[in-house]
Amino acid sequence: MSEAAIIGVGHSVFGTRRDVNIPELCWESMKKALESANLEPKDIEFFVVGNLGIWSSELAVPSIMAEYADLAPKGSMRVEAACATGSAAIRVGYTAIKSGLADIVLVLGVEKMQESPNPNVIELIGRFGSYFWEFENFGLTFPGYYALHASAYMMKYGATEEDLAKVAIKAHYYGAKNPFAQFRKEIDVATVMKGPYVAWPLKLFDCSPITDGSACIILASDKKVKEMGVEEKVWILAQGVGTGTANLSKREDFTSLASARYAAEQAYKLAKIEDPAKELDGANVHDCFTIAEIMAYEDLGFCKRGEGYKLAREGQTYIGGKIPVNVDGGLKAKGHPIGATGVSMAVEAYKQLLRKADKGRQADIKNGRWLAHNIGGTGHYAYVTIYGLERR
Amino acid sequence: MEIKEAIEKMGFPIIPDEKSGAWQWFDVRELKLRYILSVEGIKKFYEGLKEGKLLATKCKCGRIFFPPQKDCPSCKKSEMEWIELKKEGVLETLTVIHVRPTSFSHYDPYAVGIAKLDDGVRILAWYRGEPKLKPGQRVKVEIVKRKEGYLTYELVPI
Repeated sequence: MSEAAIIGVGHSVFGTRRDVNIPELCWESMKKALESANLEPKDIEFFVVGNLGIWSSELAVPSIMAEYADLAPKGSMRVEAACATGSAAIRVGYTAIKSGLADIVLVLGVEKMQESPNPNVIELIGRFGSYFWEFENFGLTFPGYYALHASAYMMKYGATEEDLAKVAIKAHYYGAKNPFAQFRKEIDVATVMKGPYVAWPLKLFDCSPITDGSACIILASDKKVKEMGVEEKVWILAQGVGTGTANLSKREDFTSLASARYAAEQAYKLAKIEDPAKELDGANVHDCFTIAEIMAYEDLGFCKRGEGYKLAREGQTYIGGKIPVNVDGGLKAKGHPIGATGVSMAVEAYKQLLRKADKGRQADIKNGRWLAHNIGGTGHYAYVTIYGLERR
Repeated sequence: MEIKEAIEKMGFPIIPDEKSGAWQWFDVRELKLRYILSVEGIKKFYEGLKEGKLLATKCKCGRIFFPPQKDCPSCKKSEMEWIELKKEGVLETLTVIHVRPTSFSHYDPYAVGIAKLDDGVRILAWYRGEPKLKPGQRVKVEIVKRKEGYLTYELVPI
């Protein structure tokens, strides 16, 4: 079976992108990915587009891009897995290469969330989960889902709102160093604590923003890597995938995401990782809300259950700490264009492992392994992907 | 600027963005969404609410489903018995939704909780009471009429 390597990456500026339409936004990252892989559109054998899209006008994004970027008549697929859409798109590209059906696959993640007014986006994003039993009847919002986890977690382990704030502060610290981030300004505890409640106990600065953006990677098989003599590449070593129940009320506890633990277990087994905090050089975790990052530390085994907030409190996930996490600003400060997020994490893994990250946010690369944890909904979908410099 | 005004001024439904000045085409085709969902398979649940009962389905194999489910994946049978839940349990988690969806904007900020009922199933519903979460908080389920005039259920501290 072939292995798959990322041989090119591209990333658009994330934020409010009223200056571009959907294909223009896609092309920003596609162009860079093609250039860095030294490929032309005609070389792409198959392409995958991760796009949730309910808030934007164009539904047939693969076709739009086939036209705009000369990819027609190549095969394509649009993929959706809520906020894990980008990783789901990578999954399709990865399996296409592993199975031998394609040797070069382009994976694009894109979201133009601001094609709809904010109230509509809030309304639509809250409908994810069990639409009927949770939204239609009780108006649960997306911050509300994670707030239910935050209050259960805080009650059980004694974590405080200040502990959650630490996650946001770190995100903004690194976001300020990332030219592609939506928020490039540092914040302090007081700023976070002053923010209004969105869904108690989560406040404004506990939440990731509504973002436009695109990210793109190009995957190649061993055969192609050899044939093209690609020097700069990062391999997909393993990927674990999990799914959670739609209704939160069908879950056993609210201090962790079972689907994420399941996905991590698979990924670690495939990549033969026993002590992730020691064997990885860093990670991107799904910090759509601050509590999500704290639960991710635990679900990924960076610390024991109930100790995630201590890692945040002690600053152990900055560069130089136990394990650097979200040193690109995370979803919180870099922005969270739903379909692009998982692909953006892959771009970051590539940059970190090849020591191409911006000044002040390059982690030490010793093991040559980086992890991406991408969650759809509130653990409705979970993808844990391990990237590495050495082929498995 | 309204779309009509924009058409008059710019000749098109184009409104420059307030911050960046970038031209934005305001869609003239507006869509209102309203879904039509089948509740035929769980209509007993609604008949139960009318009688003040909170009903769940129970398969012959003993598995209880709430929200009620018509089919049992354990034994692949669909011969469910409708059972009444005891309507008491322990509150496990809580939030207060301050930023509400537009379709809930006619409500004040509302608390949503999840409780584990003594029957073993969990239930998510609005929480009526002071929104404070403490371990072991007992709650009961009350069937009440909501603002829109139809029956629903709420969690109330005991």
